[in-house]
Amino acid sequence: MVSLMINGTEHTVDVDPDMPLLWVIRDVLGMTGTKFGCGLAVCGACTVHMDGFPIRSCQTPVSTVEGASITTVEGLDDPVAQAVQDAWVELDVPQCGYCQSGQVMSAVSLLRDIPSPTDEDIDAMMGGNICRCATYHRIRAAVHAAADKLEG
Amino acid sequence: MLARLLRNTAIQSSRRGFLIGAIASAGGFVVGYHLTGGQARAAGPVAEAALADPFAGYVRIGADNRVTVLSAHFEMGQGSYNGIATLVAEELDAAWDQMDVEGAAGNPALYGNLAWGGAIQGTGGSTAMASSFDRYRQAGAAARAMLVAAAAEEWGVPAEEISVAEGVVSHASGASATFGELAERASAQPLPGDVQLKDRGDWRLIGNETLPRYDSRPKVEGRQDYTIDIKLPGMLTAVMIHPPRFGATLVSFDATEALTMPGIVDVVETPRGVAVVGEHYWAALQARDRVVAEWDESGAETRSTPELLEEYRALAVEPGQAVARDDGNVEEALAAAETVLESTFEVPYLAHAALEPMNAVVRRNEDGTLEVWGGHQLPDLYQAVAAGIAEVTPDKVRMHVMKTGGSFGRRAVADADVIVEAVSIAKALDWRAPVQVQWSREDDTRAGRFRPMYVHRLRAGLDADGNLVAWHNHIVGQSILRGTPFEGFMVTNGVDLTSVEGANNLPYAIPNMRVDLTTTDVGVPVLWWRAVGSTHTAFAVEAFLDEVAEAAGQDPVEYRLGMLEGHPRHAAVLRLAAEKAGWGEAPPEGRFRGIALAESFNSYVAQVAEVSVDEAGRTRVHRVVCAVDCGTPINPDQIRAQMEGGIGFGLGAILRSEITLTEGYVDQDNFHTYEVLRIEEMPQVEVHIVPSEEPPTGVGEPGVPPIGPAVVNAVYSATRTRYRSLPLTRHGAV
Repeated sequence: MVSLMINGTEHTVDVDPDMPLLWVIRDVLGMTGTKFGCGLAVCGACTVHMDGFPIRSCQTPVSTVEGASITTVEGLDDPVAQAVQDAWVELDVPQCGYCQSGQVMSAVSLLRDIPSPTDEDIDAMMGGNICRCATYHRIRAAVHAAADKLEG
Repeated sequence: MLARLLRNTAIQSSRRGFLIGAIASAGGFVVGYHLTGGQARAAGPVAEAALADPFAGYVRIGADNRVTVLSAHFEMGQGSYNGIATLVAEELDAAWDQMDVEGAAGNPALYGNLAWGGAIQGTGGSTAMASSFDRYRQAGAAARAMLVAAAAEEWGVPAEEISVAEGVVSHASGASATFGELAERASAQPLPGDVQLKDRGDWRLIGNETLPRYDSRPKVEGRQDYTIDIKLPGMLTAVMIHPPRFGATLVSFDATEALTMPGIVDVVETPRGVAVVGEHYWAALQARDRVVAEWDESGAETRSTPELLEEYRALAVEPGQAVARDDGNVEEALAAAETVLESTFEVPYLAHAALEPMNAVVRRNEDGTLEVWGGHQLPDLYQAVAAGIAEVTPDKVRMHVMKTGGSFGRRAVADADVIVEAVSIAKALDWRAPVQVQWSREDDTRAGRFRPMYVHRLRAGLDADGNLVAWHNHIVGQSILRGTPFEGFMVTNGVDLTSVEGANNLPYAIPNMRVDLTTTDVGVPVLWWRAVGSTHTAFAVEAFLDEVAEAAGQDPVEYRLGMLEGHPRHAAVLRLAAEKAGWGEAPPEGRFRGIALAESFNSYVAQVAEVSVDEAGRTRVHRVVCAVDCGTPINPDQIRAQMEGGIGFGLGAILRSEITLTEGYVDQDNFHTYEVLRIEEMPQVEVHIVPSEEPPTGVGEPGVPPIGPAVVNAVYSATRTRYRSLPLTRHGAV
C-alpha cells in the first residue's frame, strides 16, 4: 500500500511500488488531465508538481513520492496558475491541446521561480515540453502575458 | 492529396458500397455494404440536393440553450471544429459562447466530404473548410429559419417581423425567447424550401480577427478528453507486440510467464501481432517483455538506409519509370542550353509522432452493437472494418469521433491499424470486456506508416540571358498508394500523384519541363504526412530554383516573379512575404534571408526565413515571415495558428528528424532519438493573410512545405554551402 497526497487529498493505493506516478494518477485514481506522451521523461506531457517542483510523473515510481504533496493540472488554483491559464486562453495557445496540461504545469513553475522571465529563461525552462503542433511561438507570448498580469 | 484521391475515387466508383467493400477486402475482411435508400439518394453534393434538415444531423439545440454542431470533420488540433462552429453560428445568429461541437459519423449522406466527391466521410487534404463552407452555413440558416417559424407560431406574429441576435429570438412586441426555449417547437417546423445566406458584408463571425477559439479553456485545465482518457466500466487495456521488422509474420508465442504477472488478464493473437491484455496499461506493459514470440522473417524488409539510398541514387540517374509531366522537349533544350545545372536532393523517412500515441477503444453491448472510440479520420472505413471483424452490419457499429492529440495524417490509414487491433482483441476475449489498445511511444515510432524517403535529381538549362528554358525532375521513392485499395483510382499511368504533387504542377513558365517518377519497392509501410508530396517536392524544387536564380545572376524573388505570369495568387503571396520581410533591404547584422513559395491543397504560401549561422556552422532560424492565400479567411487567428504550427512542424523535420533502418530494424524509438522541434528552436513567426473572396481552402498543411527550402536558401546566403539532404543534423549544421 502506498499513501499519496494529491491535490490536497490523501489516497491509499494498492499498487506495485515501482508503478509510475503517471499511471497511478490516470489508471488507478482516474484523473486523466495528466497525459502520457513518451514514458521516458523526454516530452513533458506528464508534468506534475511534487512539493511545488515540476517532475515527470511517467518516470517517477509511486513509492518515491510517498509523503510528498503532488499537484496535477486539476489541482492548480493559485494566482500564478490562474494567470497562466488565462493567458493561454486569451492567446489561444492550444491546438490539439494534448501537451498543454504539461506546458501549463511547467509554465507555472517557471513563473514561481522567475516572475519576469526572458525568452531565454522560457526556452530553458520549457525545453522539456514537446508540442507537436508547435504552439511554442504562442507559449512564449503567453508566459510573458501571464508575467505581466501577475506584476500588474 | 487525400482530397484528390478520394475525389477521383468517388467519381470513378460513385458507389460508396463498392469503395468500402474494396478497402475492407484489402484489409483482410470481406464486408458487404449496402446503402439505404435515403443514403443513396442524398449522396451527391449538397448543392444539388434538397436542403437537409439541420436538426437531423448538423445542429442540436438543447433546452439548456447549448448549440451543438455535429461535425463531419475530425479535430486533431487544426481547428476544423472551430471553423465549422463559426459557419453555423454566423448564419444561426447564435452567441459564440453557446456553441459546442461533437464529432459525427455513420451517415455519409450527411457527412461525406464534398471536396472528395461526397461519398465518404473523412478529414484530410486540408479540405474541411472547403467541404463545409456551404453545407454548414446552410444548416445554420435553416435552423435559424425554423427557430423563427417556431417563434412566429408561438407569438402569433409574422415571421418577417422577428429578429435574431446573439442567440435570442425577439419581436417588436417585446416577446423574446432563447434558442433553448424554442428548440423543441423549432424541430417540428417544416423544412424551409431554401435559405438565403448572409452577404459577406453582414458577417460578424466569419473573418472576425478577434473571435477566440471555442475550446481553449478545457484544454488548459486538463478537462479535454482524448481517446486515451476513455474509461469504461470493466475496461481492459492492451499493449501490442508488433513484428520486429516490416513484413515479418507471427509463427507462435509463449505467454506462460506473462500470464503469471499481476494484473494480466490474457495474451491473444491478432492479425497485427500479439496483444497483452491487462487491468491497466502499466500491468500490460510490464508483462509484454515476458512474452516470447517467434516470427517468420523470410518476407521481411532487411535493408539498411545507406543501402536504400545507394539504390535510389543509382535509379535517379537512369530513365524514370513513368512520366508525370512532359512539356516541350527537355533533352533537346538541355543540350542546347548555355548553362546546365544538376543537383540531387535527399529526404528521409519521417514519423508523424503525434503526442497522443495511437490508440482505440471498443465495447460490444448486450444487444450486439459495437461502439468504437478513436481519432477516426476515416470513420466510414473504420466502421466497415470493425463491422467485418465483429461480423455485424456497419449500422450496428457506432463510431465515437474523439478529439485527437495530433495526427498529421497518421490517423487516416487504409489498413485501419489500431481499429483492427482493438476490435480483434475484444473479439479474441469473447467480448467479455471493453478493450482499449494503447501504443507506447516506442510502438508509435517504430510501427511504420512513415513519410517516404525520396531522392530528387534535378537538372536545369539556362539560355545566354539566364532564362530558365529546361527543367527536368526525376523523383525516386515509394508510392503511398501502391498496395492500397486506392491504387486503382489515384495512380494513373504509373504515377502516384502523392509522389509528384508540388513538382508536376509547378507554376513557373518553363517551356521545356519534364517530371519523371520511379517508384521503388521497399517493405516499409508509408503514409501521407502533413502536406504529403509537397513536403519533399517543395524542398527539392524551391532549393534548386535558388541555385538556378544564382546561376542566372538574378534575385530569387524577381526571378520567380518573372516566371509567374498567369499565376497571380502565387505571385501575390511571394510579393507580400518579400515586402513584409524587408526583402531587398539589408537584414540585421549576422542575419541572412532565404525565400520559398509553394502551393498545396489549393492554398498559396510564401515564406522568408531569417537565419544566422555560428562559427561552428550551426544554424538558428530567428524569424519567419509568412504570406498565405487560403481564399475566404474564416478564422484569421486560426489561419495564423496553422501557419505558425506548420512552420514549426516542418522546421523540426528540416533540422532534426529522420527515421533510419539498420537491417530492416527502425533505429529510432522515442523523442531522444527521433528528435522534433522544441521551443528553443522555434522562430518568431509573422503571418500575413491575403484578403480574398475566393472559396475557402485549407490551412492545416500548406504552412509546412515552404519552410525547408526557405531555410536552406537562407543558410546558403550565410555560408555559401548548399545543403541538399535532410535533416541538417546530418551535416552538423544544427
